[in-house]
Parts: sequence; C-alpha cells; structure tokens
Amino acid sequence: MSSASSSAAWKSADSVPDQFPAGLRVLVVDDDPTCLIILEKMLRTCSYEVTKCNRAETALAILRENKNGFDIVISDVHMPDMDGFKLLEHIGLEMDLPVIMMSADDGKHVVMKGVTHGACDYLIKPVRMEALKNIWQHVIRKRKNGWKDLEQSGSVEEGDRQQKQSEDAEYSSSANEGNWKSSKKRKDDEDETEDRDDTSTLKKPRVVWSVELHQQFVAAVNQLGIDKAVPKKILELMNVPGLTRENVASHLQKYRLYLRRLSGVSPHANNSFMNPQEETFGPLSSVSGLDLQALAAGGQLPAQCLATLQAAALGRSTAKSSIPMPLVDQRNIFSFENPKLRFGEGQQQLMNTNKPINLLHGIPTTMEPKQLTTSQSIGNINMQVASHGVQSSQNNSALINMQVASHGVQSSQNNSALINMQVASHSVQSNQNNSALMQMGQPQFARAPRLPLSVGQPIISNGIAASYNPVPQSSSMLNFPMNHASELPGNGFPLGSTPGMSGCTSKGTFQEDFNSEIKGSVGFMSSYDIFNNLNQHKPQNWELQNVGMTFDDSRHSNSLQGNLDLSQSVLVQQGFSSGRMSGQNRSAAVVSKAMFSAGDSTEPGNLLNVSQHLNSLPVDNTIRVKTESVADVNSDNLFIDHFGQEDLMSALLKQQQGIAPAENEFDFDGYSLDNIQV
Amino acid sequence: MRRQLAIMRKSLFDQGHLDEQFIELEELQDDANPNFVEEVVALYFRDSARLILNMEQALEGKPFDFNKLDGYMHQFKGSSTSIGAKKVKAESTLFREYCRSGNAEGCVRAFQQLKKEYGTLRKKLEAYFQLARQTGPMETASRPK
Repeated sequence: MSSASSSAAWKSADSVPDQFPAGLRVLVVDDDPTCLIILEKMLRTCSYEVTKCNRAETALAILRENKNGFDIVISDVHMPDMDGFKLLEHIGLEMDLPVIMMSADDGKHVVMKGVTHGACDYLIKPVRMEALKNIWQHVIRKRKNGWKDLEQSGSVEEGDRQQKQSEDAEYSSSANEGNWKSSKKRKDDEDETEDRDDTSTLKKPRVVWSVELHQQFVAAVNQLGIDKAVPKKILELMNVPGLTRENVASHLQKYRLYLRRLSGVSPHANNSFMNPQEETFGPLSSVSGLDLQALAAGGQLPAQCLATLQAAALGRSTAKSSIPMPLVDQRNIFSFENPKLRFGEGQQQLMNTNKPINLLHGIPTTMEPKQLTTSQSIGNINMQVASHGVQSSQNNSALINMQVASHGVQSSQNNSALINMQVASHSVQSNQNNSALMQMGQPQFARAPRLPLSVGQPIISNGIAASYNPVPQSSSMLNFPMNHASELPGNGFPLGSTPGMSGCTSKGTFQEDFNSEIKGSVGFMSSYDIFNNLNQHKPQNWELQNVGMTFDDSRHSNSLQGNLDLSQSVLVQQGFSSGRMSGQNRSAAVVSKAMFSAGDSTEPGNLLNVSQHLNSLPVDNTIRVKTESVADVNSDNLFIDHFGQEDLMSALLKQQQGIAPAENEFDFDGYSLDNIQV
Repeated sequence: MRRQLAIMRKSLFDQGHLDEQFIELEELQDDANPNFVEEVVALYFRDSARLILNMEQALEGKPFDFNKLDGYMHQFKGSSTSIGAKKVKAESTLFREYCRSGNAEGCVRAFQQLKKEYGTLRKKLEAYFQLARQTGPMETASRPK
C-alpha cells in the first residue's frame, strides 16, 4: 500500500522529530458505523494509529483524558449527540488540535462553516484513501503556524513580537513537549506565505490552558471585572510563572468570544448585552445578506462608506480611501453563497457572539450595546465571534468587530469603525488596529455600503490589528473598547479590518499593540466552551478561523499579517490542502494573502489584511479571497448582521453565508484592497 | 468458480450497482482482514435497515416531517456512499430533493424506488459474497494495487 511509501516520503518533511507521518495518532469520530470502520481501516493502512469513536462526547472525553495523545482529529459533521462543528470548536479551544471535518454533504455552506469554525480541512464522503494519506500535513502546518505566528507578530510589531516570542519561548506551561504549538500562534496562515524557517524550528511550548489554569484565569477576570480585565492585570493576578501576557491576551480574546457566544446562545440569560445587541443587529440582518456585491459595486460606495465609517468610527474624517474593502468581493471571498446575510439568523448569531465583548464577563467591550442597537451602524459591533479565541480589544468605536475568531482570539480591534471581523478561527489574534478594519470579509453593508468590508471575514485573530483608532489596546486585546463607536455614523462602521481604513492611522500603533498582545494570547485556547456556544447558536461567528482577513490598514503589513493570518489561517486551516475545497481553499489562503497585501500595499483602503503574513502582498486589489476556505460563512456566522453597519455586516454575514463558493474569486476589483493604508 | 465470481462482480459494476468506492474497499482488504469488504457490507445493511425503518415510520405520519426525513436520508446516503452503492445513492439524492422541495408524493415514490434498489443490491451482494466464500481467498480488485 502506499502507506509505506508515503511514510517514507513524509519522514523527510519538516523538522518534526518524530516518525512522521507514520504513527500519526488520529481520532476518528463518526456516528455511522460503516464509515467509521472504513475510515479506521484506511487510516491503519496509512500507518496511522487510529482510535475511533462514534460519539462526540466520547471523543471529547478521550481527548481530555489524553491531551497529548492525538495529533489530529477527523470528525463527521452530522452527529446525533453533538454537532460536528461544535466538537470542532471544543477541540480547538481545549486541545488545539487540527480537526478535519467530513460529510457526505458538500454544499458550500457546510464547507464554509467548516472553514469558519476552524477546521483545517473538509473531506467529502466517500472519503478516499488519497485524501487521508495527506492529513499529516495539517499537523505540521499547525505546528509551523504556531511558530510563524510568533514570527509574524514580530514583524508586525516590529520587535514587540520578538520580545513576545521570546517570552513564549520561555513559557513553559503545561505545553506538551510534543506539541509545537506556539502559544502565540494562532495564525493559521498559509505556510507558504510566510515561511519563516526560524520559527518553525522554534518550538515554543504552547500554552495549554488546563482547567485549573483557566479557572484561575476566569477568577482573575471576574475579580477585575470584565471591563477592566486586561491581560496585564489578569496575568498579574493569576501569577502563573511562565505565562505571558500574550498568552493571557489571546486566551482572553477567546474567552470573550466564548462569553459572547454564551450570551447569544442562551436566551439572553447571560448578557444583557446580547439583548440590546440583538436589537441592533436586527437591522443588520435586514441588510440581508451582505450585499457586498452591492457594496463592491458601488466601488465608490465602499470608499465612501469606509470613509464615513471610518470617520465615524474614528471620529476622523479621514476618509481614507475608504478601505475599499472589497465588500463585494468579500462576498466572494467568503464565497458566500448566499450573499444574504441571513441577518435574521445572523443576528442571533452575531448577537451571540457579538455580544460586544462586553458580555464577556463584563469585559467592557466597547461595543456599546446601545450603539449597536441604535445605529445599525455598527457602533461597536464587535461581533466578536471569537468562538475560540477571545476577541478582545475591540477598541473601535464603531467597531464592528466581528471577530469571529473561532479559534484564535481575536482581539484588539482597535478600530473605531472597525469591523473587525476577525474570523480567526484559529486563534488568530486579530490585532485589528485598523480603524476601518473590515476584517470581515463580508461586511455587507447593505445598508450603508460603507464599509467595504473587504473580505471582512478576517477573523484575524492573529493580530488583526484593526488599526482604527489606535486604541491602545495594549491591555489585551480583549478590551474591546469601542471607543469610537459612537462615531460611526450608522453604517459607517469603519471596518476595522479594512486595511484601507481611512483614518486608521493608528494602525501602526495598535497593531503593534495588538499584535503583541494578540500574539501572546495565541496560546490560549483552552477549554473554552466558546465553541460550544458558538455552535449552539448557529453562531454567526465568523469562525473563520483562518479567515483572518483583517483588513488592516495596509500599512501595517505586519498587522496585516496578523490579519491575514486570520484569514489565512482560516484558509489554511481549512486544509485547503485537502483539496476539497478544490483549490478554493488554497485560493482562499492565497486570497487572504492577497487580501492583505492588497490592503497593505496599495491603497490604504482595503486592508484585506489577510493576515497571513501578507505583508503587503501587493495583491492587486484582487483579493481573491476564495472564500472557499473561508468557512462557510453562514448567516449563522455572520455577525455582521449585527453590525449596525449593515453594510459591513451584511457583507460579512453574507460572506459567512455564502462564503463557500469555492469558485468565487473575490476579486475585489475596484477595491483597493491593497494595503489599506490608513 | 472464480470466473463466475469475476463475472458477477463485473456485472455489479456494469449495471451501476456499485461504483469505485467499492473498489477502494476491496483494496483495503488484505491478509489481515481477508473478509473486510464482506464485513463492511454486512455492517452497512444492518445499520441502514434501521434507517429504512425510521424513514418508513416517518413516511407514515401525516404530514411529513421533511426535515426529519431529510436527516435520515442524509445518514443513509452517507453510508451508502461509503460502500459504493451507486444506485442506492442516486435514489437517496432524489429523495432528498423531494424532501427539500416539500414534495410528499415525490418522496414516497422515491422511497419506494430506493427500497427496491436497496433490496436488489442486498440480494446481489449476498450472492456475491456467498460465492466468494466458496471460491476461497478472493482476488478482488482487478486493479493492481
């Protein structure tokens, strides 16, 4: 069988110390016994060590008991006891293992959902041997990315990260030796793009957030008050040796998302925020699907919107070339099939996640619910759907931080009109310091197509620095101080993620801040139930894990990176490799990259910082975000709905919803996605 | 007898009952698991029988709960696909389409058709495996590994 040969071939891959890929420890979860047995046999034939179980709960139990016992998980989407995506979230949060989803369903939405939730790949049944032979790459990639993240952040923050990296290196929490997951790294960006060799060799112990650690964390947060819970203070309170601020920051981000999700899911039991927000989002939803297209169409609109948004958000009227977030394209990017953001649904979702991070245990997400409610203009629609990573620091006033960081905590959305749709599924820390960071690739601002959310889906948790109001989110990205929220005039939410966030001059600042912060927090992901929650309510979270299309104001290519990471990571994670997303994924990854670069280099409009080290990937505006990989941005995930800035939101949402069309190339034409230089 | 077996096998493919996925299964069969395919198929029929029953029950209720039906069928389709049951899979797809469009009559018809195909496949495969056992170690796939 090919296993032998493949094993041999694999051995040489990467600097993995073990006998990769032979002996890869796989956990397979599927309620269908026939499929399960077939998969088991196939995997065994690939020389993998297989453990199978037919229930998600069982799988989780197994994983929890044996944290380092597995390298990768393959799970079916439809299972009776727990939704596969939920399981995915859990695993991402708690164990941070690469997860491959599979299903007989090959609809774009589902695939997109996989992307947004942070799956590193999506296989269509019947699964063939060939598809399984290469799953090891996800393990490697994840490890590598972890390091890259560190690296990335370094570049973004120019030194700040480096410092962080070293911190991470020192971090010796319960990281497993075997896991080279850098704590900071949550950027699931494409390896290709940033291949930083040095990082890969750097085996930064990943911070594993054990139950105890998490409890300590929660205690600290509660003690400080969710509003005041900044990583630094949390860190101090926790007093855990070896834990870095970044770790805390990223964890906080995730946590926030989790809380948000909780609020959203549960009947507003938890968060009052949710309610108000939901209201707000209501209108967003009406935006019905991100008409990104529309937005995009009105090329100028986005610009205008952006400008407006930004202005509003940032309070500045720097209509910086309005990040022409290729909203329209965003849609494409996210291959939203349904450009309609099902706001209705999304709303819920958004609400859930969005609960302006405030919901997070009181973390005062500056997303003023009020604002949200009123202005659909995303005052601060921090839709941080950080299912995984807490999206923190949404310091954007009009931050529509849709941080759907399913995996990575996205935080630091310091953009006023930050539509930080940080869909960083993989713990991308979206340092969205972009004011108009439309990190959400699809902010369809249907209403006010303002924010050309260029591919808003940047769940760039990884340092998607929404450079919008350089709100020094230093505290940790988890502060989503949407300071400028008020500014956002209605729809103008400065899509923070948009690189072109005009006026996101502060990008630099924030990004840095965020990046560092975010970077640190990459490590988090511990047992959040964020994903659970997210999943529960059909979160619109943009759990685009890798869709960190943070449209950073290009300027910060670094930040972009972060952002890109998000998107990329999402993309990447999605396992574009699996080719399920026929190349879309790849493109997504690429696109995300492009996105960033687009934002980066070119116009300061669209910062499609597809964070993946797209440091100024001069991608000409055509940020083709083949969202295919962009998780299925189902309306569920589109928080954008909540965004007051309907446009963004819708765009984002749409993206979520429709982002699945692998075939869509989001060419954000007309959107100077390139480097949204703020 | 081997020849007979080969002919039988070929006809299964030619008639469209099975597709390449079945071959994938055959390739998985080895000395360690000499009856792998048969085992998997047996497992499939056992498990899917349950689903068929569920669907039948669901089709008795009025009005139809299309979501439920679709859910069952999705599972059923997944299994069928895994073993390469081509025709059965096609009928499942059709059924699901009817479900999605809320076409009750279509569903009933499609289900009948599906059961028919399912039954046919079952019989044929049973005969096939029976002969295979008699024949001895199977040389299954004609494709070289």
